[in-house]
Formats: sequence, C-alpha cells, structure tokens
Amino acid sequence: MIFDAPTIDYAGLSPIIALTAGLVAIVLAAVIDPIKRFGPVLALLAYAVTAGCLIWQWNADVDLVAGALRLDGLAVTLSLLAVVSAAVAVLLAIGDPSETQAGRSDWLALLTGSLLGMVILAQATSMLTFFVGLELLSIPLYALCGTNLRRRESLESGLKYLIVGSVGSATLLYGLAMIYGASGATGFQAIADGLQAGDGMLSDSLTLVGVGLVAVGLAFKVSIAPFHQWTPDVYQGAPTPVTAFMAVATKAAAFAVFIRFFEVALGPIADQWDVLLAALAALSIVVGNVGALAQSSLKRMLGYSGIAQAGYMLAGIVTATQAGVDALVFYLAGYVAMNVAAFAVVVIRERQTGFSDDISSLRGLGRSKPLVAWPLTIAMLALAGLPPTVGFIGKLYLIEALVDDDWTWLAVMIAIGTMISLAYYLRVAATVWMSPADEPEAAAIDTAALPPQIAGAQVDPFDDPHADRRWYLLAPAIIAAAAAVFFGVIPQPLVEFANHAGNALSIWIS
Amino acid sequence: MLSSIIWTPLLFGLIGLLVPKRFAAWVAAFGAVITLGLAIGVLAGFDPDGGMQYVTDVTWIPGLGVDYSLGIDGVSIFLVLLTTVAWIPAICFSAMRGTERPALYYLMLLAGETATLGAFLAQDLLLFVLFFDLMIVPFYFLFGIWGRDRGGENDPEDSPGNGVVTVQSATLKMIVFTLIGSLLMLVGAIAAAVISADGGELTFSMQTIIARGLPDGSQNWIFWFFAAAFLVKMPAFPLHGWMPDSYRAAPLPALAVFSAVLSKVGAYGFLRVVLPMMPDAADLFQTTMLVLAVASILYGSAMAFTKTDLRLVLGFSSVAQLGFITAGIFAFDVTGAEGAVLQMVNHGLVVVPAFLIVAMIAERTGSTELGPMGGLAKKAPVFAVIFLIVSMATLAIPASANFIGEFYILNGLFQVDAAWAIVASIGVALAAFYALRMYQLTMHNPLPEGADSREISLRDALVLIPMVGIIVVLAFCPQLIIHGSEPAVDSAVAVVREVAR
Repeated sequence: MIFDAPTIDYAGLSPIIALTAGLVAIVLAAVIDPIKRFGPVLALLAYAVTAGCLIWQWNADVDLVAGALRLDGLAVTLSLLAVVSAAVAVLLAIGDPSETQAGRSDWLALLTGSLLGMVILAQATSMLTFFVGLELLSIPLYALCGTNLRRRESLESGLKYLIVGSVGSATLLYGLAMIYGASGATGFQAIADGLQAGDGMLSDSLTLVGVGLVAVGLAFKVSIAPFHQWTPDVYQGAPTPVTAFMAVATKAAAFAVFIRFFEVALGPIADQWDVLLAALAALSIVVGNVGALAQSSLKRMLGYSGIAQAGYMLAGIVTATQAGVDALVFYLAGYVAMNVAAFAVVVIRERQTGFSDDISSLRGLGRSKPLVAWPLTIAMLALAGLPPTVGFIGKLYLIEALVDDDWTWLAVMIAIGTMISLAYYLRVAATVWMSPADEPEAAAIDTAALPPQIAGAQVDPFDDPHADRRWYLLAPAIIAAAAAVFFGVIPQPLVEFANHAGNALSIWIS
Repeated sequence: MLSSIIWTPLLFGLIGLLVPKRFAAWVAAFGAVITLGLAIGVLAGFDPDGGMQYVTDVTWIPGLGVDYSLGIDGVSIFLVLLTTVAWIPAICFSAMRGTERPALYYLMLLAGETATLGAFLAQDLLLFVLFFDLMIVPFYFLFGIWGRDRGGENDPEDSPGNGVVTVQSATLKMIVFTLIGSLLMLVGAIAAAVISADGGELTFSMQTIIARGLPDGSQNWIFWFFAAAFLVKMPAFPLHGWMPDSYRAAPLPALAVFSAVLSKVGAYGFLRVVLPMMPDAADLFQTTMLVLAVASILYGSAMAFTKTDLRLVLGFSSVAQLGFITAGIFAFDVTGAEGAVLQMVNHGLVVVPAFLIVAMIAERTGSTELGPMGGLAKKAPVFAVIFLIVSMATLAIPASANFIGEFYILNGLFQVDAAWAIVASIGVALAAFYALRMYQLTMHNPLPEGADSREISLRDALVLIPMVGIIVVLAFCPQLIIHGSEPAVDSAVAVVREVAR
C-alpha cells in the first residue's frame, strides 16, 4: 500500500518553525552557563529571524496544515506587530528584577512561548488552532505576570489573570462547542458554509448563544468592557515589560483572530452580531475613558486607556467591511508605537524612582530629562489623537470607515470618548512640562528589607539612577515616538500595511 | 510657493534647536521675516478676480481620499498677511527680553505659525481640520510652560477676588474646550465627504464637496458640528468659558498672536467651509447665529467694561469684536462679509500691539491690574501716543479702518433687519467706554507709588511703531482689503443668498 506523503509547505510554516527553534534554543541555552548571559541576544536573534520569515512570506496567501492555519496578509501584518512588541519587551526587561529573579532564560522562554501562541493565533482558521493558539498565548503570560517574586502585587496579578483568563477561555470554549454543534464544522470557512446552507440556522438560538459566548471570551482577552475588570489590576501588578507586551502584542494577536472568526466564519450572520459588538465597543469607550480619569498610577491609567482603545478598534470589526479591517489594523499598528513609547518611559522612571509608576514621578521631567520626556509626551498626544501623530490619522481612518457604513453614532462615540480622554492624557503631559520638580525623587524602596514572597528568591537592588541613559530602554522609547510622528505626517506606508491585511479578507467581505 | 510659506516658520524653529541658545531668538525672528517676505511675494502676484490661485494639489493619503491641497483667494490672502505680520513683533518682543528654554519656546511659537498658515491655506477639508487641531498643540505648551499661576496669596500682582488660576487647569480647560469642538468637526468633515460622495469616489476636496452638495437633512447636523468648533475657537458667548483663565495665565507675547490670529480661524471657517458647503443650514440657522453674535457683542463689551485685569479687558473685547465679525458673515450680505474680513484684519493688527503694550505696562507697574495703575503718560509721551492710537483703533473711531469695518458690518446687518443693526451698534458705543477707560486708568491720573513712568525704549519702539504704522496706513486705504476680498466674499455669500431666495 502506498501512502501519499502530505506535502508540507515549509516556506509557509517558516515563521512558526523559526520561533519554535528559537524557543528550544533559549531553553537549551539555560543549562550552559557561559551562554546563559546572552539570553536576550538569542531571543532577539530568534525574533529577527521570525520577522525575516514573515517579511519573506509577505505576499503569501496559503492554507497550511490541512486548512488549520492560513498565512495571508492579515496573519503576516499582525504577527509582525506581535514580534516587534516582544522584541521591545526583551529590551525593556534587561536588568529588570522580574527577569533576574525568575531566571533570565525561563523568563525569555515564557515570553517566546507566548509569542509563538500569538503567531499561531494570527494564522488560525480552525476552531482547534484558534483555541490552542489562545491558550499557548495565555498560559505563559499568567506565569510572566507573577515573575516579580518580591512584590506581592506581581504575584497577585498573576493569580488574578490566571483565574479571570481561565474563565474567559472556558467561556470561549463553550461558545466554540455550540457553534460546532450548530454548523457541524471546525474550519472557519466550513462554518460559514454551514451557516449559509443550513435553513433557519442563521437565527438558531444555539448559534447565537455560541456567538455571544465567543464574543465574551475574546472580550476578556482584549479587555473590552464589561469584561475588563482584571485589566487595571493586572497591568499595575505585573512587571512593566510584561505589561507592555501584554498591552500591545496580546491585542494584536487577539484582534487578528477576532477579525478572522467574525468576518470569515460568522460573516454570513454579520447583521446579527454587529449590534452586539457595537454596544460592547461603545460601552468600552465610555468605561475605559471614564475609568482612566481618576488614576494616579501610570500603568493603571494605561490599562484603562487600553480598554478605551480596544473599544475604538472593535468598532472597526463592527462595520464588517474591508475599510473597517484596514482601519483597525492601522490603528493597532499606531497603538503599538504609542504604547511602546509610553511603557518604555514608565520603565525608565520606575527604575529611577524606586519602582514608583505614580504620575508624580514625572514631575519636571521636561526640564531635567527631555530625551525621556519627549517620547512620553508624543505618546500621550498620539493616544489622545492629536495631529501630527499617527493617532489622529488612526481615528480619521476609523471614523471614515464607520461613517461610510452608516455607523455615525459609533463614530460620534469615538469622538466623545476622545474628548474625555484628553483630560487624563494631557494631565501626564502637564505633569511632565508644567510642574516644577520641587520634590526630591521618591526614596528608593529598600528592596533588601522586603521579605521574599517566595522562599529562595534572590535579593537584587532594583533601582538604577542612570536608567535614562541605558540605550536598551531609551532606544525603544525614541524610535517608537519617532514612528508615531513619522506615520502621522507620512501615513501612506502604514495605510498600505493595513490594506495588505484587509485585502486578505477581500473574498469574504466587501 | 504656498508650501514654502507654511513650512518656513517650522523649519526655522527646528534650526533654532541646533544653534547656540542665545541665537535661537534671532533665527526665529529671521524665519518670521522671511515668511512675511514670501507672503508679500504671493500678494505681488495675486489677482483679486482670479479665484483660487497658487494651487498646489498632491495626493497625501490616497487610501483615505485626503489630498495635500493648498490655494489662496481674496479672503485667505489678507489673513495670511495678518498672520505673517503678527508673528514678527511677538517674536522680536520675546527676543529682546529673553525667555527660559528659548529654543523650545521659539520652536513652539513658529510651529503655531505653521499650523495657522496651514489652516488658512488648506483647500482640502481634512487638511483644514488637521491644521485646525494642530494649532492648539504648540499653544498648549506655550501657555503651559511659559505661563504663570495667577491669583492667590503668593501673587502680589493680582488683586484679590480674581480667584486662583493654575497654569495646568487653565491650559487643560482651553485644550479640552477647543478639541471638543474640533473632534465634532472631524466627524462632521468625514460625514460631509462621505455623504456628498454618495457611493462615488471619496474625496475631501472642498471644491468637490461644494460642487456635489449635501442633502438638507445632513446639512443641519453637520452645520452644528462645524459651528461648535468655530464658536469655541473664537470664542463666542456662551462657549467662551475657557478664555478668562487661559488669558490670565498665558505669556503675553504668545497670547498676542493667539488672540490676534487664532480666533480668526473660526470666523474664517464660517466663510470658507460653512456658508458654501451648508448653505441651506446656514440660512435656516441664521437667526440663531445672529442671536449668538449679538449676545457676544453685548456680553463681551459689558465684561470688558467691568473687568479690572487688562488681559481680561482685551480678552472680552475680542469676544465682542468676534461677535461683530460673526454677525457680518451671517448677514449674508456682501458688504457685511467684506466688513467682516476687514474687521478680522483690523482686530488682529490692533490686538498684537495692545497685548505687547500691556506687557510693557506690567513691566512698569508690576501688574496687569487696572486698580493700582495710572499716570504712566507723565514722562512717556511717545508710549502714551502709541497706546492712544491703538485704543482709538479699538474703539473704532471714525477715520480708523475699524470704523469702516464696523460700518460695513452694520450696513450688512441693516439689510437683514434694522433691529439687528441697532442692537449691535450698542456694542460700538460700549467699545468707546472700555477702550477709553483702559487708556485713562493706565496713562492718566496720579502715578501710584512704586510704578515707574519711563519712556518706551528704542527696541520696544522698533517693535511697536511698525505695527502702529500699519494701523494708520490701513485707516487711509481700507479699500485695499474691501476690494481685494470682494470677489471671494461674494462667491461665498452668493451661495447662501441663492438658497435664501
């Protein structure tokens, strides 16, 4: 008997292969002492190769692994965003207590594992890979949140994220099961065919409950209100490099599958779920922006701001048009730049001021450290959607897509949300530029005196008064801020990047 | 050509970052002069009857239908000239005194000029919105970083009872008010483009949108989205809530250009965007807008008459003047609109020296409060004469260009209804009250202790006398602006008159 060996598209799988090889290398390197120190180099190398593979496969449009994965424009663009954010997280983590305490290789292995989940998720076209990718993304993240072993908040945030995240995953799995029951298929395309063919299934309550549960599960992952309660706590408690990675990369990957599942698999019943998602988006915009107003911790504020921004992005899915997807991907790319700049500055200030991410740690920064102050200011202006930054063009893109598809009320919601957001984004800018640095920098917490939260954790000095001169912290901040301005003035390259993602779905949506 | 006018200021601002600190101011001043030179160059080749000229049209974001498209016509040319003129004294005045962090200061000031010129020259609706939003960003930093907390016990320069204003709260209020308006305008602009395209090719080109037209129902709400942005910017009663605090906290040279030019962008927006694009809505809401305008005139004049801080006297007088301008535009009459354009230029030219004089008065008496002032004219006749000319122009004394402007506006209002003209003319009378009170209380009366009546220094005279000269010259030949702007104003107003008929 002769079997036809399945053809394996190595080129299409190359990003996943590269990343997996990198993960193995990082884990193996952990046992070889002299190489151990070079963990970050190894990780960055692996990400660079992965990014190279993704760019090599830029124009790919192929089904992989019997239709379980699909490498297309959407997958390539959003995977690239995730890889870039992971590389930034590696840089920001150099010298971070979370990394040194948890063990550098372990920390990097967890990060790379999570990134692998994201790359898989961005390509998932079957409910199985969808769920596997999501869990591979989530589980290392739960652990990463708790890697700052000396801080109670970090461990608490890891546990909180684990519990809430598991509830989200379970909800999602339930929903997937129901949709499988209704459509009899696991592949996204097959689900769409099943929904289209099945008589009466379009309004079948089993399908609709399933869709609702999947939306809720994904809403947990991208922190859409009212499933956002974990976000501020986890963002604040987790080590800042992890928070940065979580805020940016998770959104990119989760929105990739959000787009694919809703526009492809559930495309035929778009007019049933669009109102649901529009309501979630509107709620998220209000809750996120209002919640951020009262925050004094920068990380909490960025957490709430992330909820609001997720609401803006979700609006791009609501339209179920290619313009909407383009706008979402554009906004997401801009969002990566703005948040990387903001979080990099938070990391710098945390190290200089004894792990305080309070807004007051920024007082007088404009005068004393303009190189740190400018990236943060640009990030805030961009998040607030002011020209000449990518944030303005992103909002323009979203509002245009919404108005074009008769969702003017949601466009007005985005405008109103942006108005509220000015109050807290500009408060940061005002603290940086308009308050005198009259108070001495907060005394560093005497870390040695803190009892270890887990027996055996080492004692490390946390503070680094020269953090504002470390290239690996400053470079991400400055490059990201420069990108936020560059793409605000010359947006066309980023528009083409977003179009590349949207074109991948042109078969399914108008 | 127009691009070079827009970007020259910013370029010199950036050069200022690279040169040694003490040269930054003069690089900035040089940049502002070059910009004025370019604007005069455009004026030289300008034909009032030529419609839109010096057109630049480059696709900027093809995916979104946004073009980098510029052009200049009879309305914008005078505002561009006003802008390029107004920035020079503000920069020179600061340059002679020195500021903290000069490179950043002049970069922000020049970035503000770039954004303002962009707003006056943009012929793409979205580009206009972008520059309109962009204007506020440098001024947010200018007011915030170089402004000062006012009031409270630690501020001897402020009379008790004025209340405490912190720079942070003042600038926040200003930017939130302004951007609430302009975000609505962004939605309105996108809706205008999408609705007028009606499934066709999406473009933000103003001319195309005007040619395609908007249906009545959409016009009504888009009108208010635009009006919100413009009325806040002016500011007009009752959307002026941000004005008193930011005027009190702001550094005076930056405030001079802010008050002189940025407020005009709102009025300009009505002429350039609202009337031609939404004529039905403009006609429908004419009475509402005239009520707002007249309310601004009366309220602004009354407040200017009662306030004792010179910054606020000038601030509220601007509210009143912008009320006049709005009324002139919404008379839908060519004379009214011509008067409005002339008055935009006049007011800008008067306000810049007025605020700089206030800064000089503050140097002599240590305060901008009218209460403890007086007698400054005693040893300073030249200074007093300069201030007198500026005050007389403010109150629109016959023979001043301001008189012609207000006369044209009232004439236009008379065509709508005599009642409007009569109520608005109360504002003219009140202007005489507050302008003369301001002059008297500072220059006449005995000199209080601690105040220093000294003659204007040569360097300050060099800044002020050219401005006063322009005011005087314009008083002799206001028809330059009236005639120059006539064809452009006529085409804007004609659309609405067509509808009204």
